[in-house]
Amino acid sequence: MKNNRGLAVFLGNLGKDNPVFVQILGICSTLAVTNSVRNTFVMCLGLIFTTALSGTTVSLLRFYIPQRIRMIVTVLIIAVYVIIVDIVLKAWYHEIARELGPYVGLIITNCIVMGRAEAFALQNNPLLSMLDGFSSGMGYTWVLLIIAVIREFFGAGTVWNIKIFDAWTNWTIMIMAPGAFFVLALFIWIVKSFFIREKL
Amino acid sequence: MNYILILISAVLVNNFVMARFLGLCPFIGVSTKYSSSLGMGLAVIFVMTMSGSATWFLDRFILIPLNLGFLKTIVFILVIATLVQLVEMIIKKSAPLLYDALGIYLPLISTNCAVLGVTLINIDAGYSLLENIVHSAGGGIGFTLALIILSTIRERLEYAPIPECFKGAPIAFISAGLVSLAFLGFSGLPVK
Repeated sequence: MKNNRGLAVFLGNLGKDNPVFVQILGICSTLAVTNSVRNTFVMCLGLIFTTALSGTTVSLLRFYIPQRIRMIVTVLIIAVYVIIVDIVLKAWYHEIARELGPYVGLIITNCIVMGRAEAFALQNNPLLSMLDGFSSGMGYTWVLLIIAVIREFFGAGTVWNIKIFDAWTNWTIMIMAPGAFFVLALFIWIVKSFFIREKL
Repeated sequence: MNYILILISAVLVNNFVMARFLGLCPFIGVSTKYSSSLGMGLAVIFVMTMSGSATWFLDRFILIPLNLGFLKTIVFILVIATLVQLVEMIIKKSAPLLYDALGIYLPLISTNCAVLGVTLINIDAGYSLLENIVHSAGGGIGFTLALIILSTIRERLEYAPIPECFKGAPIAFISAGLVSLAFLGFSGLPVK
């Protein structure tokens, strides 16, 4: 029974309850970091770490957090993990940290993290909350990686900084802001029309 | 002159929504009606300017002397949440009419990443106090501008014959992409 529930949560977050293209959460970072696959990957690792552990912590403390100040407590818990990610990145991957700029700190206000803590972790046990946080992060990750591959490939002719074609005319628009909006819109459209038609 | 350049840069060239992708959640969520996006925009300008200047003092006089720079994210988010609460209470007492107009949008602002983003970018850029205030206000104005443009487009889209699968989020993103394309034209301006 419990295993089934966990599996349902896990698959739901990857597919039909996906945070990015179904709930339209965490869009800011989705668009901002996806112009290079490597940065996206690092950002996603940070987010998975944050959602999984903040979900667990919130769930562990759920009987001790007073109802009226729960938002601020949740934000503080999330902030602790985000700061850990920030410090680790700055210490070991300085170049990536500089390219990601303020977006690492902005994981705090990423609606996915807050939303999962608020909607799921406050009602469920720690193990399930961790699974939920982890799978939300994974759901976010696979969407971002696809968008990042498309944008980097067309925008720079590379994937993970490796050249695919020698002679490639860069579609500069793809690595700039409008390209991000278009790719995301097309992605949501494709997913919507193929996989979740019954929800429309 | 410098201040004017910072203002133009924050409003048009580095528009928070269109070029930096900050504050997109309320941007997509609220922008379905013109009147509500105007209310949201005004509230954001106000809170951004206030928190921009408050965090400057905190950073300069408390965090840097104590060498606590790594805590800035956590401190700033608390400052913003407190400010939003404070602003809400003050407006409720002193200007009930304004409160009715802004009411529901105020609490939403504390989770707006554009507000946290502007404070972090300010600190990274090393602005002076006045530059900081101008940049924060400019960020808010830019957000409002983008929000108003998109909401008027979306009001018209309500009645447009859109393919079923494009309804809702996808068409909003396509419109946002086109607006963003237009904003790209401003990057030719000689400001950084």
